[in-house]
Amino acid sequence: MTKKIKLSELGSLFGSLDIEALEGVKIEGDVELDLGQMGLNPQMAYALGHETVQLAFHLMNISRILGYPVDQLPGAAVQQKPARLSNLIESKFSVARNEEWKTPIQEVVLGATSSDGGSRKSTVTIGGENALPYYFDSPMPHRNHITMDVFDMPINMAKAVKSNYEDVINSPAEWAKKVVRDFGADMVTIHLISTDPNIKDTSPKDAAKTVEEVLQAVDVPIVIGGSGNPEKDPAVLEKAAEVAEGERCLIASASLNLDYARIAEAAKKYNHVVLSWTQLEINAQKELNRKLMKQCGVARENIIMDPTTAALGYGLDYAYTNMERIRLAGLTGDTELNFPMSSGTTNAWGAREAWMISSPLKEDSDWGPREYRGPIWEIVTGLTLSLAGNDLFMMMSPTAVQVLKEITQTLYGLKETEQVNIDNWVSAVV
Amino acid sequence: MKLNSPLQVYKYLPQINCAECGDATCMAFAAHLIDRSKKLENCPPILKDEFKKKYIELQTLLAPEIRQVTIGIGENAKNIGGDDVIYRHQLTFFNPTAFAYDVWDTMPEQELVERVNKISNFRKFYVGKFLKVDMVAVRCVSGDPLKFAGAVKKVAETTKLPLVLCSFDPAALRAALEIVKDRRPLLYAATENNWGDVAELAQSYKVPVVLFSPDLDKLKSIGATFQEMGIKDLVLDPGTYPQGKQLKESFERFVKLRRAGIKEGQKDIAFPIMSVPLNAWLVYKDAVTASYWETVLASVFIVRYADVMILHSLEPYAMLPEVHLRDTIYTDPRTPVKVAPGVNQVGTPTKDSPVIVTTNFALTYYTVESDLSSNKINCYLASVDTDGIGVEAAVAGGQLTAAKINDTFAKANFDLKEKTSHGTLILPGLAARLQGDVEDATGLRVMIGPPDSGRIPGWMEKNWPPKQK
Repeated sequence: MTKKIKLSELGSLFGSLDIEALEGVKIEGDVELDLGQMGLNPQMAYALGHETVQLAFHLMNISRILGYPVDQLPGAAVQQKPARLSNLIESKFSVARNEEWKTPIQEVVLGATSSDGGSRKSTVTIGGENALPYYFDSPMPHRNHITMDVFDMPINMAKAVKSNYEDVINSPAEWAKKVVRDFGADMVTIHLISTDPNIKDTSPKDAAKTVEEVLQAVDVPIVIGGSGNPEKDPAVLEKAAEVAEGERCLIASASLNLDYARIAEAAKKYNHVVLSWTQLEINAQKELNRKLMKQCGVARENIIMDPTTAALGYGLDYAYTNMERIRLAGLTGDTELNFPMSSGTTNAWGAREAWMISSPLKEDSDWGPREYRGPIWEIVTGLTLSLAGNDLFMMMSPTAVQVLKEITQTLYGLKETEQVNIDNWVSAVV
Repeated sequence: MKLNSPLQVYKYLPQINCAECGDATCMAFAAHLIDRSKKLENCPPILKDEFKKKYIELQTLLAPEIRQVTIGIGENAKNIGGDDVIYRHQLTFFNPTAFAYDVWDTMPEQELVERVNKISNFRKFYVGKFLKVDMVAVRCVSGDPLKFAGAVKKVAETTKLPLVLCSFDPAALRAALEIVKDRRPLLYAATENNWGDVAELAQSYKVPVVLFSPDLDKLKSIGATFQEMGIKDLVLDPGTYPQGKQLKESFERFVKLRRAGIKEGQKDIAFPIMSVPLNAWLVYKDAVTASYWETVLASVFIVRYADVMILHSLEPYAMLPEVHLRDTIYTDPRTPVKVAPGVNQVGTPTKDSPVIVTTNFALTYYTVESDLSSNKINCYLASVDTDGIGVEAAVAGGQLTAAKINDTFAKANFDLKEKTSHGTLILPGLAARLQGDVEDATGLRVMIGPPDSGRIPGWMEKNWPPKQK
């Protein structure tokens, strides 16, 4: 039979504070619990005075010697400790750098200046990371960049976006100028959507003219996008690559469901970079990258990945984790995945929360003005992916571009501002 | 947790395969303990006296790396912390970041009550549930303990949500605690200046407490001191600076704390972390700019490790992305987001009700279903097995085809010619290109609905019932 230790017995039992005093007492798991039931919590111990605390302390030590995990027991709140300390315990915080990240992400240059056979005034370099973005382990070598969308024909846009482009919607060249001049775009994406046989079926030759116009209108690097039609895109992108020879454009995109070899060949022949696009599937991304390198002979410094962007609330969890896994795989040595990444952040506008005038559900709280919902949807979608490792953002809303630049460049370390004192935020009048 | 294989866990279990936990074997139960889909308390035998020692040992070994702290009581109580991994794909993140929205003690009472109600009543439907926010943070702006206690009293009367009591003045905190000591509020905060008095409050009222210092050495010192004094329910606020290099450093502190807690097993700082995106309002006075920037800060720290945060903006354009991003990051990546394929009733359909087709991607399905039921549209809604892929991608990828649609109705024994008076199917607008195929495969009339189910009510007005051929 287990003897229950009563508080009153503690004194005599442990008077000698000697382990021999335990003879005749079977220490089972319930001893500690009995202690707990006696209410020897810190407050109680304190109230009972120092002596009892000492006893509890020794009892605990004994239990520890006998191999009982007293520290984790509920009763281990037993706490011999003084209820109040007079000084802070000195302590130093430290944490190691991540030593598993040994493989850098490939550095890729977009655009070519006259000295490199192009006509761009400046180039954009992305990639080169040795850690997750903005981590202290290793500073990011290049900041994030933003390329803004230009379409080769008027398209349906959310109201909040459309108001910015109404004056240029019929001229890709003017549109391109505007995003660079007024909205701070680092690059311009010309989407040749009118080439889709179901839209206008614009010929590759006519589409290429639009590309030439955009190249003349702006001197930043450009992205050339097709219509997404897998039958037509290879011919369209091939012709566009030809007229943009030497400019190191990003050709968007090669994917597993079209003739990627033809696109890769055009990029190689005319000195461009290939966007390797897969749909939320890390293994498909590996496969396509491998094919581009091994089968098509695309050099490592000419590959950027687009692992697909799903909007906030519409699959962003997949897009985020897919990108984070790809980046971690790259950093830890997977040389089929250590390429910079690009996000079609504009996809955020597909979320009904971004554009719908109000909730279709009566049970929802008021959604408020959509003019403010749209841009923040694009910002949060992009920002989330920037934390997963995305380098280049294809975007649409000028407000979203401005805010995303501000936060990514702050985390990157470019933003010098006045020091803010947050010590009294609690009583701030806001 | 300290164990990483079912076999290790199995050694501590009763090994009698009694199946009382719902699993056929103790080994299967062990696997559930490892992936945290079941709790040790689901095993009745181990709770018996004879297994007490093993129960206690196992409980310790299974404890999450980051301490789980409970704020509030009853059904509105929130657990924060409790994480075991630093990337969600490694398992899942537990206990979504708790959002506490602020009120302050200098607000006129009516305004205060309205604001609290707005916080308590916020809801946003999403994938079969409502996204909500969690707590009310009461800030002592007046500097007057009595006034503060009065505001706390009013808030407590107005809402059942857990409270965060915010003041650096121990007298104010004590006055407030006296009012709501039974509601297990979170105390904010102990600093290097007031730690002694705040520790005493945390001890005597037995409430969780936030430690605040942007200096990680000091934060760790205060933490070590509190633990030495037996105070274990701690939350760490390493400071959320709103801009510039200070913000970059704030970000780094969050990453460092969580890495130390999980990857390096530094138990003495393995506590939930608090972020204060509200600090955006210290630099931006314009409400839209401040709300935007607050949402940006919240987003950064939802992704990187905040377990609880204090927010100010109640603008829908701030709250909607915040609750959605939190759901994004905390959704269990192990759970497939699919619903069962089949033909379901929405409301009470009759022979004249429409039959609408969508996919079995949970997000799509619930969105469509809620749009229909909320607008009181009685109908049949077919969920086609597209492997959990949405309409547009499933049409492009071949998971949504005429054959699959036909198959869905066949398997459900749903004969449209018999069950409806109209023999008509409605396809999603984004699947318009399947119209001809579906007509051929089913022999039915096929109509094309709107591209977004939110527009079904308007579409119905114009197009339903279908005109006779």
